[in-house]
Amino acid sequence: MSQDDSQTPIIELVMPARADRLRLMRNVVRDAAEMSGCTPDCIEDIVIAVNEACANIIQHGYHRDPNGKIILEIRRRGEDLLFRLIDFAERVDPATVRPRPLGELRPGGLGTHFIRSVMDEAEFLPPPDGASNLLQMVKRIR
Amino acid sequence: MEQEFSEKNGWIVITFRGDIDFNSSPDARKVLLAAVARERDVLVDLSAVTYIDSSGIASLIEAYQGAKAKDRRFALVGIGGAVMRVLKLAHLDRVFTIHPTLADAGYR
Repeated sequence: MSQDDSQTPIIELVMPARADRLRLMRNVVRDAAEMSGCTPDCIEDIVIAVNEACANIIQHGYHRDPNGKIILEIRRRGEDLLFRLIDFAERVDPATVRPRPLGELRPGGLGTHFIRSVMDEAEFLPPPDGASNLLQMVKRIR
Repeated sequence: MEQEFSEKNGWIVITFRGDIDFNSSPDARKVLLAAVARERDVLVDLSAVTYIDSSGIASLIEAYQGAKAKDRRFALVGIGGAVMRVLKLAHLDRVFTIHPTLADAGYR
C-alpha cells in the first residue's frame, strides 16, 4: 500500500500488548487529539474508541500474551484524525467483528459498539508486510 | 485504580478512584461481586472515577444482575461526565439507578 502524501504523521507508539500500558496509551491519544484542536467531548470519544480497540487486540488477538506488539499510528488527513492500529496476532475476519444488540443486558460485547458509535469510520485495511491486522479509525476534528 | 469497601446500616458502599479499565476491571469485578454476595443493598460511588471502559461497565452490569437476582438494590452514585458518556453509549443510563450523592441515595 503506497503512502498517502496528504497524511501528516503526528505520533507513532509501539507498545507491548499489556493491559497496564493502556492508560499510558490513552494519555498519548488524549494529548494528540488536544494538540490537533479537538473539543473535550471529541477527545474523550477518541480515547474511548482507541482504548477499546487496543483492549480488543490484547484480549482477542493476543489472548493476553504480553509479548505481543501493538503499533498505534496517529496521523492527520485534512480535518480528519486517523488512528491506525497494527498488530501481529491472529488474523481477524472482519465479518466476525460485530457489535452486539444493546437490547440484551449482558456484560460483554460493548467495545465494538463504542468504536462504531463514536468514530466516523472504522475498518480493517490490508496490513503492512509482516503484520496481521490493520484497523483504521477516522474521526473528524470537532 | 483504588477501592474502598464499607458496610453500615445494611448498606454496602464501594468507592472506586481512578481508571476502571481492562487492567483494573478484574479487581473491580471481584469487589463488586463480593459485595453482592453479602446480600445487602449496594451503592457504587464513582464520583472519583476518571475513566471507565467497556470492561468496567461489564463488571457493573454483572453486579447489577447479581443484586437484582437477590432482590437487592444496586445503584451508582456521583456519575461524572466521562463515566456518563460511556453509560449513554451503552444505553445504560436509563437502566442503572443513579444518584448524585450518597445522601440522595438514602445512605446515612
